[in-house]
Amino acid sequence: MIQYFRDNQDQVLNWLAWHAWLSALPLVLGLLIALPLGWLARRYRWLYPPLVTVAGLLYTIPSLALFILLPGLLKTRILDPNNVVVALTIYTVALLVRVVADALGAVPNEVLQAATAMGYRRIGRLLKVELPIAVPVIAAGLRVAAVSNVSLVSVAALIGVPELGQLFTNGFQLSYQAPILLGILLSVLLALLFDTVIQLAARVLTPWRRAVAR
Amino acid sequence: MIRFDKVSKHYPDGTVAVDSLDLVAPSGQITVFVGPSGCGKTTSLRMINRMIEPTSGKIWLDDKDTSTIPTHELRRQIGYVIQHAGLFPHRTILDNIATVPLLLGWDRKKARARSRELLERVGLPGHFADRYPAQLSGGQQQRVGVARALAADPPVMLMDEPFSAVDPIARDQLQEEFLRLQNELGKTIVFVTHDIDEAIKLGDQVAVLRVGGRLAQLATPGQLLSEPADAFVAAFVGRDRGYRALGFTPAGKLAIRDEATIAMGSALAGAESADGWLLAVDDQGAPQGWLRLAEVDRAKSVTEDLLHRGGTVADQDGSLRSYLDACLSSPSGRGVIVDGTGRLAGTVTAAEVLAVIEQRSAAQPAEQQQAVGQQAVGQPVVEQPVGGSQ
Amino acid sequence: MITDIWNWLSAAEHWHGPDGIPIHLKEHLQYSLIALLIAAAIALPLGLLIGHTGRGGFAVVAIANSFRALPTVGLLTFFVILIAPHIHSTGEATYLIPSEIVLVLLAIPSMLTNTYAGVSAVDPAVRDAAQGMGMRGSQTLWQVELPNALPLIFSGIRSSFLQVIATATITAYVSLGGLGRYLIDGLAQQDYPQMASGAVLVAVLALLIDVALAVVQRYAVSRGITGRYSRKRIVDPAEQKAVIAAAPLT
Repeated sequence: MIQYFRDNQDQVLNWLAWHAWLSALPLVLGLLIALPLGWLARRYRWLYPPLVTVAGLLYTIPSLALFILLPGLLKTRILDPNNVVVALTIYTVALLVRVVADALGAVPNEVLQAATAMGYRRIGRLLKVELPIAVPVIAAGLRVAAVSNVSLVSVAALIGVPELGQLFTNGFQLSYQAPILLGILLSVLLALLFDTVIQLAARVLTPWRRAVAR
Repeated sequence: MIRFDKVSKHYPDGTVAVDSLDLVAPSGQITVFVGPSGCGKTTSLRMINRMIEPTSGKIWLDDKDTSTIPTHELRRQIGYVIQHAGLFPHRTILDNIATVPLLLGWDRKKARARSRELLERVGLPGHFADRYPAQLSGGQQQRVGVARALAADPPVMLMDEPFSAVDPIARDQLQEEFLRLQNELGKTIVFVTHDIDEAIKLGDQVAVLRVGGRLAQLATPGQLLSEPADAFVAAFVGRDRGYRALGFTPAGKLAIRDEATIAMGSALAGAESADGWLLAVDDQGAPQGWLRLAEVDRAKSVTEDLLHRGGTVADQDGSLRSYLDACLSSPSGRGVIVDGTGRLAGTVTAAEVLAVIEQRSAAQPAEQQQAVGQQAVGQPVVEQPVGGSQ
Repeated sequence: MITDIWNWLSAAEHWHGPDGIPIHLKEHLQYSLIALLIAAAIALPLGLLIGHTGRGGFAVVAIANSFRALPTVGLLTFFVILIAPHIHSTGEATYLIPSEIVLVLLAIPSMLTNTYAGVSAVDPAVRDAAQGMGMRGSQTLWQVELPNALPLIFSGIRSSFLQVIATATITAYVSLGGLGRYLIDGLAQQDYPQMASGAVLVAVLALLIDVALAVVQRYAVSRGITGRYSRKRIVDPAEQKAVIAAAPLT
């Protein structure tokens, strides 16, 4: 496996970079879209059931199917990496909308009342009170999305997108274990990396939890 | 009868929850364990049905050592009521109550019939049978919990703060109904509470435990109030002890004077009273409130808005405490006493009640010695607490 | 694109023969069900046991969660080239067995963690009451903990089933049948209508199964837990009297 890596270093690192990009970009985009949607689902109670249902439906669509249907809808070529980004963003949003809505809903009512009584307006209360308290739960959801995305990206190798999944397809076609093992290892390491980064970011944003744990 | 024989519970980290507890909970009576947090009252209770195993000592159920009975067999003979009822959310009320009978192998029909019977017994309407616990209020759930514990007609009941999680009005009601039920059923009950007032109200005998699991005093409620064993018990029992102890003394043959009355709706012209206060009654003879003659318009008749209604009313068979409270709270200074049907029996004054109290306490030392003597032998003196408003 | 898909799907020849939709649909469901049943046979009892005894939960859940990080395509290709050469059979078994291993491995985490969470989340007061009434351990588990854990258990089963159906689509890459065949073959033949139709079929299958399981869940879980009853709070006339009686005087 190490030998394989040395022999194909440039290629593998190129795929690794693509893989990281294709996993991370949807996370960011997904979060940015899910936050306002989740907030809306809390603010306007009647929105919650339809939003969560649609999210559930989208999440149900198998990844390969989505990777194939999107080019037709977006008029892109099949192996265009943007298909992957759009598809994974959809999955991330589908996963996070409910998480964000529930996280915001879990903020104790007394805290909200106190904040309003002290003079916070809606936006201020959201940014300075509700979101910080919701960070741990949202971070947990984000971690699941991150790990899930890393695994899903490799499915796109089947339609020709350049990323670590190519190691699997190459290995399979040549009946060669080394690239597959290398691909699995790098995938897992990448997932672990994202998981750790998100956890650390969450800790940085929630200094009060560290204080209590001590 | 439940007997604790030098029972202790030590935990591996060194905490002593119960320290060599020796006491007897007599058959057919309510024994209350009471004390501050950490006194081992709940631990002691849970050792009776072996939810917790004692580290040393034995617990006897009548003549059997509980450690020799297989646990699930033991527990099916003991009714168990806990603070938040612990009803099974996935079963209907009827099926919840029928749990132990079904465990014991009763026929399903018989078990359900028994459930309905108990539902009525604890004062819940029959149509609750098909509801689910989540549809009931806290007080209602607790009643179901009690019904469930009674289903297999166990001779013994263990109750761990059953009424603590309920609002004060519901709690009062539950306590009254509980006493009524016990009157009918006569079970051997061990009851745990942190509320000394509840202990005094419900217990035939009360065991006060101190932090560290030692027994501080075992006595009847009356004795606890009048003779606390040491400073800890005295402090735990709280203030107003003298006053509260009066709740356990029946007023007996205290003389009541007749009282002039005026009927609701009758004309005020010509009404008279020695001190300016007149008691108004309805057509059944039940007192409604006091009229202050100086402030009424003589041209009018007696209506509700003219009445001063602040005083409590004491039952003729009530305690000295209820008599005294009726006097103290009455706008006119005369306490209103009613008979069993609610009709006016007469009035008393605070001075008259106090005179009786003083007479009796002068006669008391002899009685007390007798009571203390009996306690030393290990048999508690049973004094029925007097009912009625306290 | 929609017209292309419609045309492809309505073409009669696509519904007959060895490469027809019914056959591939059947294969897809077979692969999925086998994996789900095996995984359930492992995950559900294990989850119940861990939740009931309260031991080993942390370790098992941590391991199960780490399974999620494994890339499905990687596992499939790896197991196939590892195991297939050792299986001496001419039929599908060569590729089916390694694929099923992977499908089972992917189905276990969701069911295991959800079952464990469901049983652990049962109200401690309810558990205490059950024990105090004299239920044995096994009786408490079957009569009390399991029914109350059903919502989460079902959630886990649904999640696993979807995961399996999605991955079964990919097994077409390693030479199995199933609806994924249309996606892979369509890709090889540059036949977009075929690929897209296959994708639609897979998506619809997944949705239908999810809805079906949701309906089963609705009727299997006790109404006492889901709250499917009249929300009107029942007022006890006796209680009302008590409130009135507690008012001051007379």
